[in-house]
Amino acid sequence: MKVKQISIFIENKSGRLAEVTRVLGEKGVNIRALSLADTSDFGILRLLVDNTDVALETLKEGGFTVNKTEVVAVEVPDQPGGLCEILQVLDSAEINVEYMYAFVDRNAGNAVIIFRFDEIDSAIDTLQGKGINILSGEQLYNL
Amino acid sequence: MIWNDEFETLPREALESLQVKRLQQVAERVYATVPFYKQQFDKAGIKPESIKSLDDLQRLPFTLKQDMRDNYPYGLFARPLDQIVRIHASSGTTGKPTVVGYTRRDIEIWTELMARSFVAAGVNRGDILHNAYGYGLFTGGLGAHYGAEKVGASVIPMSGGNTKKQLMIMQDFGSTVLTCTPSYSLYLAEAAAEEGVDIRDFKLRIGILGAEPWSEKMRNEIEAKVGIKAIDIYGLSEILGPGVGIECIEAQSGLHIWEDHFIPEIIDPISGDLLPEGEQGELVITTITKEGIPLIRYRTRDITRIITEPCICGRTHRRLERMCGRSDDMLIIRGVNVYPSQIESVLMDIEGVEPHYMLIVDRDGTLDTLEVQVEVNEKTFSDEIKVLQSLSRRIEKEIKDLLGISCRIRLVEPKTITRSEGKAQRVIDNRPK
Repeated sequence: MKVKQISIFIENKSGRLAEVTRVLGEKGVNIRALSLADTSDFGILRLLVDNTDVALETLKEGGFTVNKTEVVAVEVPDQPGGLCEILQVLDSAEINVEYMYAFVDRNAGNAVIIFRFDEIDSAIDTLQGKGINILSGEQLYNL
Repeated sequence: MIWNDEFETLPREALESLQVKRLQQVAERVYATVPFYKQQFDKAGIKPESIKSLDDLQRLPFTLKQDMRDNYPYGLFARPLDQIVRIHASSGTTGKPTVVGYTRRDIEIWTELMARSFVAAGVNRGDILHNAYGYGLFTGGLGAHYGAEKVGASVIPMSGGNTKKQLMIMQDFGSTVLTCTPSYSLYLAEAAAEEGVDIRDFKLRIGILGAEPWSEKMRNEIEAKVGIKAIDIYGLSEILGPGVGIECIEAQSGLHIWEDHFIPEIIDPISGDLLPEGEQGELVITTITKEGIPLIRYRTRDITRIITEPCICGRTHRRLERMCGRSDDMLIIRGVNVYPSQIESVLMDIEGVEPHYMLIVDRDGTLDTLEVQVEVNEKTFSDEIKVLQSLSRRIEKEIKDLLGISCRIRLVEPKTITRSEGKAQRVIDNRPK
């Protein structure tokens, strides 16, 4: 039920993001979702891709600092209040969200929210207990 | 074990009166025989006979490395060449090397001081000493060689280079003591591992390492990877060669400087003023027994402080703290003296942080600013901003705690700070001159 995410350290200087996407593109790695967190000096690019291992290896060879973390992909009806319901579930279980980002699944008309939790296992249990649909890595890449 | 019980444990009072006597003698000798010193003393208005106490030392002029270059090659020798039995020279990365000459008695004293140093480091008769310091113009190889023979150890005069052969000899001959640079000892361990052998299975038990600056962290690494007690030795060819100072194996904390032959002082590298006891600054050494080329108040450019507390080993000679940098590299930021090596030591003490860094000094209005660029690697990187920010804050705080100045940490991508063979460029000073 966990999805592998790649994070990349990006210095705030021109061309770095382009370089990441260029090396991944050359190896035929497809980016499913991304988010960029930034500070004045640096950013952290987080990616969900169709082939995590190839992406990791390619980026390391390209001299980037990368790591792999596990996140949870949750399917949410693309309608008002959809996200709120999930956040309330997490809140009442006192589960802290480190960060999150979202994209919309064109085929099913649902939103997919990517969550990074400190306590990933109890978060998954809580969400599933409330009947909330969690996507596996495979499902996510095949959207 | 102490090699020369009488002199190494001489009570301070007796040691200091011996220093005064020898200082007077050396001042008279250089005034009479070295034109450079006669000129320098006359310029400062000092007569050798006016030196009555150790306090008078600070009235004497300094000797700089440049003075040695200006008097290349033999100008500072205090004895005619027919009394000089050995000549060494420093590597001299820029310009002419600095040349030193030894009389027969100088060689004997050097040998004695190296014997003291080896015994302080735990070497005994019966040890097999693998000497990987270079033999040649460089003082390391021959200096260690004669001292070890004097102690009665079996010396293997390997010199540098040919690492595979070094490992074979070390293993087959059962070497118990290794003398080389700290970085070479680690290189030997790595090279052994590549050959499929573990250097820790050799009989080595002690490494006497010097000729380049190293840190406590590197000592721990060497002790773990080479399987030896790693002892720091200090020396410089201008003063003697190796054997000016040594850590004792009992304390492994600070290097005893042989004060019956050398007088150490610590000065402010900018003003040249003597600093109060225990403060950190540039080490200045006066050789009080040398005949070939005695030096008065030689500015070593090495930064250290004198530890005055008595040592558990029983020697009365004071200790120098591990050298923390070179005064040539010193920066003055908001009035505070900063050595790049101090920043390096902070970084090396933080788990996972690479010792690759760059200091960018600039001025904002009237205020100096310091930015420290630190490379992020896989160990320190996280997908969470707050983890990286807390790393930055921790480095900032530790630098502030050590140096008393605030700086800004900038995390940069790995391998973006230039690596260089030999002397790395660590500082960019953009302040208007």
